[in-house]
Amino acid sequence: MNSFYIRVLNLAAIYAILALSMNLILGFTGMFSLGHAGFMCIGSYVAAILTMSPASKQIIYYMVPIHPLLANVEWPILPAILLGGLVAAFFGFLVGFPALRLRDDYLAIATLGFAEIIRIIVTNTISITNGALGLKNIPSVDSLLVYWGFAIVTIFVLMRIINSSWGYAFKAIRDNEIAAQAMGINIFKHKLMSFTIGAFFAGIAGALMAFLITSIDPTMYRFTFTFQILLIVVLGGMGSLTGSVIASIIFAIAMEWLRFVEQPMNLFGLAIPGIPGMRMVIFSITLLLVILFYRQGLLGTREINWEWILTRLGIKNSLEAKRGEAN
Amino acid sequence: MSLDVFLQNVANSITLGSLYALIAIGYTMVYGIIRLINFAHADLLMVAAYIAFYGILVFTLPWYVSFAIAIVLTTLLGVSIERVAYRPLRSAPRISVLISAIGVSFLLENLGIVALGARPKPFPRPEDLVWNIQIGNISFLSLTIIIPVVTIILLIMVTYMVKKTKMGIAMRAVSRDFETSSLMAVDVNKVIAATFAVGSSLAAVGGIMWSMQYPQVDPLMGVFPGLKCFIAAVMGGIGSIPGAMIGGFVLGICEVMLVGFMPELSGYRDAFAFVVLILILLFRPGGILGENVVEKV
Amino acid sequence: MAEILRTEQLSMEFGGLRAVSDLELYIDEGEITGLIGPNGAGKTTVFNVITGVYRPTTGRVIFNGRDITGWRPDQITAQGIARTFQNIRLFNTMTVLENVMIAKHVRLKATLGEAILGLPRYGRQRRKHIQECMELLAKVQLDDVAFELATSLPYGKQRRLEIARALATEPKLLLLDEPAAGMNPQESLELMEFVERIRHEFDLTVFMIEHHMDVVMGICQRIYVLDYGVNLAVGTPEEIQNNQQVIDAYLGAVDADA
Repeated sequence: MNSFYIRVLNLAAIYAILALSMNLILGFTGMFSLGHAGFMCIGSYVAAILTMSPASKQIIYYMVPIHPLLANVEWPILPAILLGGLVAAFFGFLVGFPALRLRDDYLAIATLGFAEIIRIIVTNTISITNGALGLKNIPSVDSLLVYWGFAIVTIFVLMRIINSSWGYAFKAIRDNEIAAQAMGINIFKHKLMSFTIGAFFAGIAGALMAFLITSIDPTMYRFTFTFQILLIVVLGGMGSLTGSVIASIIFAIAMEWLRFVEQPMNLFGLAIPGIPGMRMVIFSITLLLVILFYRQGLLGTREINWEWILTRLGIKNSLEAKRGEAN
Repeated sequence: MSLDVFLQNVANSITLGSLYALIAIGYTMVYGIIRLINFAHADLLMVAAYIAFYGILVFTLPWYVSFAIAIVLTTLLGVSIERVAYRPLRSAPRISVLISAIGVSFLLENLGIVALGARPKPFPRPEDLVWNIQIGNISFLSLTIIIPVVTIILLIMVTYMVKKTKMGIAMRAVSRDFETSSLMAVDVNKVIAATFAVGSSLAAVGGIMWSMQYPQVDPLMGVFPGLKCFIAAVMGGIGSIPGAMIGGFVLGICEVMLVGFMPELSGYRDAFAFVVLILILLFRPGGILGENVVEKV
Repeated sequence: MAEILRTEQLSMEFGGLRAVSDLELYIDEGEITGLIGPNGAGKTTVFNVITGVYRPTTGRVIFNGRDITGWRPDQITAQGIARTFQNIRLFNTMTVLENVMIAKHVRLKATLGEAILGLPRYGRQRRKHIQECMELLAKVQLDDVAFELATSLPYGKQRRLEIARALATEPKLLLLDEPAAGMNPQESLELMEFVERIRHEFDLTVFMIEHHMDVVMGICQRIYVLDYGVNLAVGTPEEIQNNQQVIDAYLGAVDADA
């Protein structure tokens, strides 16, 4: 399998982790947060700064030298990824604390605002992040195992969470917050929990992104990125983990495949000029079509799991399957 | 800071405040009536600016014709967006229509990039409108007077419309109580369409004046102003038109003054508005003029 | 008999509108007490204040000797007050059993980490809760539909599920908001018997808002009458039915549709 396909698949893994974590917040707990890119940004930068060699740092931080505390730090990859996630989770907690008391629409703008604030801070704290110049020469990781390893762990952990009592508490908050509260659930605490966990995985994804493309800068983490993840979540079905994974793979492939739309091409002897930006137009239209006509997305709130597969194959009776689920 | 620079800053802040106020009204009116943050609102600013741009440069129409066409077309676009992307989702969960609004916003921005190119283009300032005025040591653009004046005229018109005309009263009724209004023979669809029309036309005027003041157009020019104007609307009390006006002016003034007095923080200029937003949402979500409405269970 | 709930000078204002004015009521343990009054009289608002959905403008709510004024709804539920809603608020993506199981979430002593790792303590507690909920569903005759989607049930069963969900929180005081809404006389009668039965079986105190006079007069030991947020009268069903003020304000009109 050539390196191009591997890269696409690795990108798909990152998108999957992002979509799953956003789905936890949006699809399962019903919180309209638009701050995902901000947490990614944090994860990215933490991982990059920790793993770049001191020599690279010397070179890359040429306008303003790197802060002395960070100059000689050089961590191995795995711990750096984990710390990226943890720092992102910490910021998730900080952001969530004030923001999650707000209603849907206000929450959207507030989280968007926080993501932008994070980005602006990153752009301006030049001695730590090298500001708008960005970071290059980040160690490269191109093994499928790492990216999909993390993706699978994410899928596993989130699946356990969703199927646990806490997952049901999140869903109850989504379905009917007032009733959930009347049944003893501390809404704020659970929203914060969901949000922080989502931020953690977004941070992990950000860290992985840094190692995949080996150079990052603050403009990567604008709202555009959050929008793409939102598209994936809506497409796959808000409330379906498997939907998010499938849609991520489709999206990663589509992003590459649709590149041809932006290159000049020769169709039946006619030279058609490339239209840069056309991909995003197509994605925007897709999002609108899905939300207007097929709100459920691909899988709605359903999952593809063993029960589903076996039931469809007629091997298991569906009522039996449900009883099995309850245990 | 010397007097000249100070006065220059004052002038800039009033200009910026006016523009913010104009655009903020659109947000507040739409939110007041259908509880939607119209993410696409600010992109209309961009659309109007580009239509005016093409009118003057490509079709070589006189500026007043280009501007008029820009305003009309943008208003039509705004109303169409409501019809196509928001109305069908009126009974859907709220997140759906928010997502739709984001989708429309992105579509407009990216269509802009595709159709017009991502590179900013200089906007042709009409000589009739934009000229230099010199008073003593101070020199400023005519825009410094024209923009606030136009803004105030429009604000007065909007206030009059909302308070005295039938449609305006209907708008306030639907804002207050959607269900009861629709039961009382108020054509809710028409009222909502009219709300979008008013908001869009104001955004269009704002966009044109913006591109005269900061003479550059690019497809993403509406993004930051959009967010800031929404913040201004929240600051003044979302749903309140006078609130949006006040919020817009206050935000514009604060932003310019911040950069004027503390130039080392100018990189954080945009972050300032967000910080203000978060502070408001935490401590006084009703804004300056808004009421704290308790949701009935 | 011990007093389980009391309100003192309870008032609730919404931006100038007084929904509840100076309400003083008390409920004795083990009783079934009614709250009646015309639409818009503020009855649901009283429930909302008692259960913490609204913070009262003035006054206090005392439950089992504790001042719970201004507490959060989930804290109040933990104290032992449960409620149903006028417009059924079931969790529409969940089954009957899952709906009821939500009540057990707060009683979990295991942590999320244990759940993720699949450690035995979580699994054990979860299975115990499932069993308790199935037993509860059996007691209210909903165990046969335990795995059906809650919103696919017929209306009467949905109402019963609302009540079952509230019971799952192991309350001492149960607030029922128009449990018989939309029911015909036969169904109302069945509901009456149901409420009496669960009161006995679960050792509850019941406070209910109702418009169906046959239900209220049939099972309530005492009735409060509310009009425009003010307590008009309180007494036994007989006293209320013969109270001229109440008849003028409310009962005269109600006779027509009950």
